[in-house]
Amino acid sequence: MGTPLFIYAPSSVSHSSPLGALFVFPTLFYSSDKDIIYICPFNAAVKGKVFITNYRLYFKNTDSMPVTLDVPLGVISRVEKMGGASSRGENSYGLEITCKDMRNLRFALKQEGHSRRDIFEIIFKYAFPLSHGMQLFAFLSQEKYEENGWNVYEAMEEYRRQGVPNSEWRVTFINKNYELCDTYPTILVVPYKATDEDLKRVATFRSRCRIPVLSWFHKENHAVITRCSQPLVGMSGKRNKDDERYLDLIREANGTTKLTIYDARPNVNAVANKATGGGYEGDDAYQNAELVFLDIHNIHVMRESLKKLKDIVYPNVEESHWLSSLESTHWLEHIKLVLSGAIQVADKVSSGSSVVVHCSDGWDRTAQLTSLSMLMLDSYYRTLRGFQVLLEKEWIGFGHKFASRIGHGDKNHADQDRSPIFVQFIDCVWQMTKQFPTAFEFNERLLVVILDHLYSCRFGTFLYNCESARESNNVRAKTVSLWSSVNSDTSLYINPFYTPESSRVLYPVASMRHLELWVTYYIRWNPRIQHQQQSPVEQRYKELLVLRDQYLKKLEELQLSDSTPSSTHLTNSSTPNAATPNQHITHLQTPF
Amino acid sequence: MICSGFFVTSGEVEFCSANPILKYTQDDLSQRGVFGTLFCTNFRVTFISDEKPQEKTDKTFKNKLYGENDIPLMCVDHIYGVYDEKRKLITGGLVKNKYPSKMIIHCKDLRVFQFSLTFSKEEDAKKIFQGIAHHCLEEKSLKCVFAFSYMGTPSPEMQWKQETVMFDSPEDWTQEMKRTKANCRLVTENENFELSQRLPKYFVIPLTIGDLFSYQGKGLPIWCWSHYSGCALFKASFPPVTQEDGDFQKHLDTMINAVAHNHLYSVKTEDLSESLPNIQDIQQSYNKFKQFFLIENSTDFWLSDVKWFSSLESSGWLDIIRQCLQKAVEVVECLEKDNTNVLITEEEGTDLCCVISSLAQIMLDPYYRTLMGFQSLVQKEWVAGCHAFLDRCNHLHQKDKEYHSPVFLLFLECVWQLVHQHSPAFQFSETYLTVLSDSVHVPVFSTFLFNSSHHRESVMKAESPLAQSGPLSCPTVWDWSVQFDSKAQNFFFNPLYLEKVKHDRAVRKPHKPKHQRNLSLPSTAFKTPPKKGFFKDETDSLKKMLRVKRLSRWRGSPDAPAATTREFFESWQHRPLDYHGLLLPCLDGPAVHIWMQRYLRWIPEVYILGGGSVAVMTKLMELLSQVQDLKRVLEQRDSSQAAKLDHRPYFQHRLLSFDSSGRLSSSFPFAYTCYRSFKPIIPTGLMQSLMVTDSLASQEDEASSVVSFV
Repeated sequence: MGTPLFIYAPSSVSHSSPLGALFVFPTLFYSSDKDIIYICPFNAAVKGKVFITNYRLYFKNTDSMPVTLDVPLGVISRVEKMGGASSRGENSYGLEITCKDMRNLRFALKQEGHSRRDIFEIIFKYAFPLSHGMQLFAFLSQEKYEENGWNVYEAMEEYRRQGVPNSEWRVTFINKNYELCDTYPTILVVPYKATDEDLKRVATFRSRCRIPVLSWFHKENHAVITRCSQPLVGMSGKRNKDDERYLDLIREANGTTKLTIYDARPNVNAVANKATGGGYEGDDAYQNAELVFLDIHNIHVMRESLKKLKDIVYPNVEESHWLSSLESTHWLEHIKLVLSGAIQVADKVSSGSSVVVHCSDGWDRTAQLTSLSMLMLDSYYRTLRGFQVLLEKEWIGFGHKFASRIGHGDKNHADQDRSPIFVQFIDCVWQMTKQFPTAFEFNERLLVVILDHLYSCRFGTFLYNCESARESNNVRAKTVSLWSSVNSDTSLYINPFYTPESSRVLYPVASMRHLELWVTYYIRWNPRIQHQQQSPVEQRYKELLVLRDQYLKKLEELQLSDSTPSSTHLTNSSTPNAATPNQHITHLQTPF
Repeated sequence: MICSGFFVTSGEVEFCSANPILKYTQDDLSQRGVFGTLFCTNFRVTFISDEKPQEKTDKTFKNKLYGENDIPLMCVDHIYGVYDEKRKLITGGLVKNKYPSKMIIHCKDLRVFQFSLTFSKEEDAKKIFQGIAHHCLEEKSLKCVFAFSYMGTPSPEMQWKQETVMFDSPEDWTQEMKRTKANCRLVTENENFELSQRLPKYFVIPLTIGDLFSYQGKGLPIWCWSHYSGCALFKASFPPVTQEDGDFQKHLDTMINAVAHNHLYSVKTEDLSESLPNIQDIQQSYNKFKQFFLIENSTDFWLSDVKWFSSLESSGWLDIIRQCLQKAVEVVECLEKDNTNVLITEEEGTDLCCVISSLAQIMLDPYYRTLMGFQSLVQKEWVAGCHAFLDRCNHLHQKDKEYHSPVFLLFLECVWQLVHQHSPAFQFSETYLTVLSDSVHVPVFSTFLFNSSHHRESVMKAESPLAQSGPLSCPTVWDWSVQFDSKAQNFFFNPLYLEKVKHDRAVRKPHKPKHQRNLSLPSTAFKTPPKKGFFKDETDSLKKMLRVKRLSRWRGSPDAPAATTREFFESWQHRPLDYHGLLLPCLDGPAVHIWMQRYLRWIPEVYILGGGSVAVMTKLMELLSQVQDLKRVLEQRDSSQAAKLDHRPYFQHRLLSFDSSGRLSSSFPFAYTCYRSFKPIIPTGLMQSLMVTDSLASQEDEASSVVSFV
């Protein structure tokens, strides 16, 4: 029963010894002197040793069953003692560890001499360093990479790539000290005609001062995606002339007749938000705008949905009513709503109309919608580098509250602020890569690695809630970026089928007929569910690529050895991409 | 009137026609369409547009017998009439009174056609409606089926048929026994169907069976396949129940003893009518299931998207597929792991017995995963094996529903699951399976028109239009050139399949079985080997089962798969996967999928433009052709060099030609590139989908979300 229990090891770096040469100073805190039993839900109880470093919990079997566990401590959301000193029954005394990545771990110990006290306390302390006044592991890691991932995203460079600034849109440094909005980045792009004073006045009318700013600019029709938070309309239905004028400036920039405002929330929730001072853009106040609700639910609904999903896939996949159980989690329906919202945004923009996207605060659903629609519209974001830029810009830069949503290093597992919004977004991206297997330069492995390090705390990339917090904690200087690791070995993350098509808008089909559960992520711990490391097509394709290179090399050698002029036609047909496939096919038709 | 040159098939005769008829284009709700003439002939219902076709018609993957606006009469599933906005199912009775303003035709290959009858003359409209309803719905006799008028010219490309083993001669059976090293007896006594008209012309039985005539054609264990260990799979119908109890007992004993004698005196019996849904359950479930794919407009589509998963589940179809595969795995386990003979039984022995025995053979024997092997298997188990295709497919529109059941389709569905999970193990593609499932309803092939070998032979003799010139010869479905040219046939091949390298051949016939087969201990000396599931109690339970009157026992989902099969699967899974070895399906919920190509190919809402697996296949084909070119160039340069090059069997692949003009949709090769605008399809009715009722939905995103400004 030698099943590896992880499909993608959370670290992309191989490590030969249990504790790894991964980090320069691995600090070992715990090593079990007696056997601890790992109660594996797929096999049976496995005897082995547990090692805990400042980064990970490692389990290695000592009996015949070859089982290892390698769990970054950051993944742990909760540790509990199970059973007491007097509990009866086999393996009833021990620890139960709940993880953020769709699994639970149970260990049993001998009921003698408080055997679990040390291990419990060490896990509790180092899995939740922030709750114990300590630093996250990312600040202790001394990994070195050839690439510096912190240089992947430069805001100015990215805006320039989009064609901004220009006569319609300008760059403002008004937020360079986070004075306008503490959850926004320092560099913002706003309508050319809006003055900094205007921005300040608009900020008073937008929740948390998150004013509408440019996310993406359509080079041909000059339509834009702008993002913001809800207007502070309140119960009394307040209006703000500056805000109204500001939205009109966005509309005017490319002569859009009607600006479309996509409110990600369900209508009722938007109305309910008025009670707490929020709300939505009313018809009479914003006459040149059309408001569309996208009916995407809030972070609490999403959290419960994923929890239900975990219930039906871990440890065992629901047997008898799989499809209706899956439906009852609503997880794929939420995916459908997010994707169809993004499709609508992308469609509007590609038809030449500018849009404003917001939800309540503009850092959860808004980030999902803007980044997904940008992924549909702009093929650059479908490259390995471009996708990193997209995440850095729309999620990290614009203040998706990673610290609150994930709860890095925090013991408060029941915190209502936690929610898998980013996981849901990555799932949407995965759905798109499934539907368009040749349109993305990166592969599924990258998506899984991103989600693994969303929790692991090994890299600084997903730490903290916003730029200002990252800056004050000196994240760029003191931690390593995930992209340093990824970009140092890109071959792992490249999709061999990638075919660049620059001007193509990618509209996925947001129908349950096509949406699938991401089995290789959510059910990856289950050895029964088949997941091939590499799809057979991909394997075959790679073999053929190797073969082609061999042939090309041979041909080159032959051509070098004789330099007759007749070799011209050979050069021609040996250039891999020169001939169109059809030409090849027609004269290569093999008869039956 | 139909202009000359219209008939694709000779022997076709027009019954009636009407013009102008509006054919709605499925794509939208705007009630737009094209005008043209609707014909009903003895072969099909066909619509011929008045307009010149705008889309290019030179598709690579084109059926030569019928086009996209043709519906073979046999392929019509249901007809609905719209009377004053009300949609009614057309049955015989309704036809007489009135004709509807709109006629909706649901096809067995899941296409949906909608015609407006309001534009043509009343009398024409009435005639065409009544004509179509009559020819597609009314009970008819077999000789009215188009196959008996069809006079297709025998095509020169007959290799397909020739390579497929038809199992209509003693030699085919002898050869098969030799191939599998079976030690059984070929029965030729039924050559003139004197033993039974329900039994195959030739068949194979255990050596120890004596007097065949005492069986009255029932309860004979018929050999299916032999495992290299010597144990074998047999199938049987129930012994005649009219016999006295003592005789019945005796009969069972002989039957089971005979099978046990085949190898090591071990036998496991399985009454499939006990453990699997019966043919009516299968029929009901499929009727429910297919409804979800017969989409008339996009409102319907999005409405049904809401409860998609639970709808699918409620039909139970995927569950039936899973149960059949599960049962086949159990049979495989007995043969492969326990080396026990297996006898599967069923009332007639020609429905689920065919499904389970064919599936087990595909899992065990890589030969059946080749295209020719698969076709031979269908011949062996289904066609020569006397599956009642005519009754089960209801080609003659008999009102008696008891006999209809998509058993063969169920088998193809199960095969598709295997193909989907282990694609490189199969020489044929899913397109091949889809086309095969369609061909069942093309009334040209002898393959699917009869209930048994006897039936086939007697009808073919009697119904020949040119009786004097010998028996009629309809093509078999395996003569694919009748439907597709060779370029289109390339789509039947799976580019991921690699033939087994020749010198490995010896692996298939491994270690000699420890016990030779011809052990002949006296039957009184039966020792029950210390394995589970053995002879004594097995027979008892079978006897018990057979005596109980069978009601519909199958209800809802069955119990979880037996723990032992689970172990069997897991231990198989832990071994390295050999595509030329034993193949088992994963049957967990997330692993069982819908046959998307078959069921979703005509629904424009689900077309992914430029996406789907076809996008990857195109890339693979491009690369393959490059590599082949390079190889050829190298060979030209230096043949001695080339010989040293790689000899992996990449080059036996037929290259698929994809239309490189325009973007392919995910439904390729069935639906082509959409020439519609690049507009995305935006789901409607989204809010109905998500009734999040708990209080969370109304909660604020941030616990502390009191806005501090204002």
